[in-house]
Amino acid sequence: MAMADQPAGKSFRLSMLLYDTRYRSITIQVIMLTLFVIGVWWLINNMYTNLAIANKAPDFGFLWNPSGYDINQHMIDYSSQSTNARAWLVGLLNTLLVAFLGCILATVLGVFIGVLRLSKNWIISRLMTVYIETFRNVPVLLWILFANSIFIDTLPQPKTFRGENATSHMLWDAFAFTNRGFYIPKPTFGEGYLPVLIVFALSIVAIFIFRKWAYKRQEATGEILPVFWIGVGLFFIPAIVTQLVMGSPIGLEYPALKGFNFKGGFHLRNSLISLWLALSLYTAAFIAEAVRAGIMAINKGQSEAAAALGLRQNRVMSLVVLPQALRVIIPPLISQYLNLTKNSSLAIAVGYMDLTGTLGGITLNQTGRALECILLLMLTYLAISLTISMVMNIYNNSVKLKER
Amino acid sequence: MKPEPYVRREMLAPQPAPLGETGILRWMKANLFSGPVNSVISIAAGLFVLYVLYRLLPWAIQPSWNATSLSQCQDDPNITGACWGVIHDRFNQLMFAFYPHELQWRPLLAFGLMFVAIAPVLFDKVPRFLLAFTAMFPLLAIWLLWGGSAWPELMVLAGFFIGYAVHKALVGPAGELTAIILGVLATLLWWIFGVSPVAEMLQGVVPLDITPVESSKFGGLMLSITIGLAGIAFSFPLGIILALGRQSDMFIIKTLSVGYIEFIRGVPLITLLFVASVLLNYFLPRGTNFDLILRVVIMVTLFAAAYMAEVIRGGLAALPKGQYEAADALGLDYWKAMRLIIMPQALKISIPGIVGTFIGLFKDTTLVSIIGLLDPIGLANSIRGTTDWNGIVWELYLFIALMFWVFTFSMSRYSMYLENKLKTTH
Repeated sequence: MAMADQPAGKSFRLSMLLYDTRYRSITIQVIMLTLFVIGVWWLINNMYTNLAIANKAPDFGFLWNPSGYDINQHMIDYSSQSTNARAWLVGLLNTLLVAFLGCILATVLGVFIGVLRLSKNWIISRLMTVYIETFRNVPVLLWILFANSIFIDTLPQPKTFRGENATSHMLWDAFAFTNRGFYIPKPTFGEGYLPVLIVFALSIVAIFIFRKWAYKRQEATGEILPVFWIGVGLFFIPAIVTQLVMGSPIGLEYPALKGFNFKGGFHLRNSLISLWLALSLYTAAFIAEAVRAGIMAINKGQSEAAAALGLRQNRVMSLVVLPQALRVIIPPLISQYLNLTKNSSLAIAVGYMDLTGTLGGITLNQTGRALECILLLMLTYLAISLTISMVMNIYNNSVKLKER
Repeated sequence: MKPEPYVRREMLAPQPAPLGETGILRWMKANLFSGPVNSVISIAAGLFVLYVLYRLLPWAIQPSWNATSLSQCQDDPNITGACWGVIHDRFNQLMFAFYPHELQWRPLLAFGLMFVAIAPVLFDKVPRFLLAFTAMFPLLAIWLLWGGSAWPELMVLAGFFIGYAVHKALVGPAGELTAIILGVLATLLWWIFGVSPVAEMLQGVVPLDITPVESSKFGGLMLSITIGLAGIAFSFPLGIILALGRQSDMFIIKTLSVGYIEFIRGVPLITLLFVASVLLNYFLPRGTNFDLILRVVIMVTLFAAAYMAEVIRGGLAALPKGQYEAADALGLDYWKAMRLIIMPQALKISIPGIVGTFIGLFKDTTLVSIIGLLDPIGLANSIRGTTDWNGIVWELYLFIALMFWVFTFSMSRYSMYLENKLKTTH
């Protein structure tokens, strides 16, 4: 009242900067900003002084020098003659690979376990509780080391697959699980493979068009088509028919034992598999809890009302409960994806060459450019995290409850 | 005479409920065998559990507790599975690493006193005066763990009294706000310029020292608990401040808080630990070389504080706007409103998240093994490198997992207890 009557600045005293709420927030902000700037300046000044004494001015030129080390798992061409920048890129791709695989497996397992934990079957729900409490409460680093030891210590050596009386055998002559990694068949593309791929791509487009059409038809006539099964048919049948018509251009290359090791097929290293499994199993426990919380957050009246409308059990789930539960599940799911991606930096413990292993590991140690490497490392992870959260937030906004 | 219609004169004795409708049979019918599909699943799951136990128990139950090396286990015909001797042999190391044997009562005492210190925080039936001990505990623990003279810790403590005295003396003549600012300033000045010379002088007059222990001797579960507890204790208040900063109307404060929180949450902890181990010295004046454990604690605290801030912000955002407006309507200023109305409710809502962050922090202490500290996982690697225990895997990892599990599981149970206790709805 009195404040509003007095025009500002009329009788301005210095103490008003502290005691008048109109000015106090400005005072506080100016002080904070000054302190912040002084602090940052102090840190950077120290850094330059220290670097000048050590005769190492910040310089990113080392990125274009040959790295001088090998990376056993690389998705793009790479050799020890490649630049450090390329090693960084290889590491980035490896991080993204394990994060992507991990997110998929963790989501599948997590949803499965979260739903089963709500099962009315006592022994099943108890088993899932045991799973969640075990995986959640033990450090992920321990799980990664544990998984790695399982593969290295319990799987057979490749040489045991050899000879007439081999002690180990391949699964269906196609998969070999050894302590050097997993060998799985690799697709080969022979003459005339292009039409098969084109037909496959077209059938996926067709599935989407068909779903849209079926939905419109249902709106118009009320008739429900078996969308799922027709979709499955569209997914497989045209591509398989073309494959047979063209004389099977796409084949599989099976791994086979040559000498002391397997040749052919894909070689998935134990470091990748153990990291992938450990991260997925660990994160799945958290996702399961999020899924359970999401489903429990839906009012029981919702499913009862849907049942009263005459919907069948699976439609109650897919049309009423899940869309609502999804809104509760998505935000924690995003943060679990982010956690998984960040935890993948523990790859360094099992020797999987991800970002931390290349840029923050060998490159750092060989060039001694700690400042530059760690700065780039942090910025790269920051970029990955921000991208993931941005994409997931767009998705979240699309399923969010639209209020007014 | 009309025959009397049949009327039962006495009550029938109550019959027992049909078999299968009471006790364990009813429970089994309802929870395990409610239909054909459920029955099959139950039986399959039961068989699975039995199979796992059948494979695991014979391996785990072995008379190998007194073995002193792996080869001894392998040579003994009675031992066909786990070699638990490694736990027995290296128990002390897994707990304390290279902390001098005759001084181990000090971390043990600190650990015991820790329960006294956190009891008044955890349970409201414990007498309130113990909170004073809680406030002093961090300094006491530092003194017990690292040893040396007690005077620096006592002088740091004296800083609080100096600040309080300055505030008390000035609050009359200079007003509340000036008194607070000058009090804080006096404390800071005392800590920066007063503590070390005065402590040295007093140490010369009255020596109050116990054997010092270097940080490089720290390790094992003791190190995990030290880092975890310090991180928990410091990240909580820092997280509250950051959360309030993020909710603030002041643009600069808000921007700084958001920038900090999003940056920290965007990078993995391991990169921050790299900063602590190789980079932090670049950013400090030349010649400062403070302890690696302290640097790690700082980084872990800064890391956990960002997550804590987000959890608490969730609680703040979940409060109905009416609560803020009611606090304003009562004429409370910002800090009073926060302390008396907003925070108690917001913190209550965010208990599961807060405890979750604590658990995550405690588990994350294992990452220090990557930068070369000897936490249990780091020790496991070095134990596996010795000739006696070369090649041992499962026993060590299982034991470490169990240690962590006990701590984290009890934390999560405590959070459930707290949620229940604070629940005000029906």
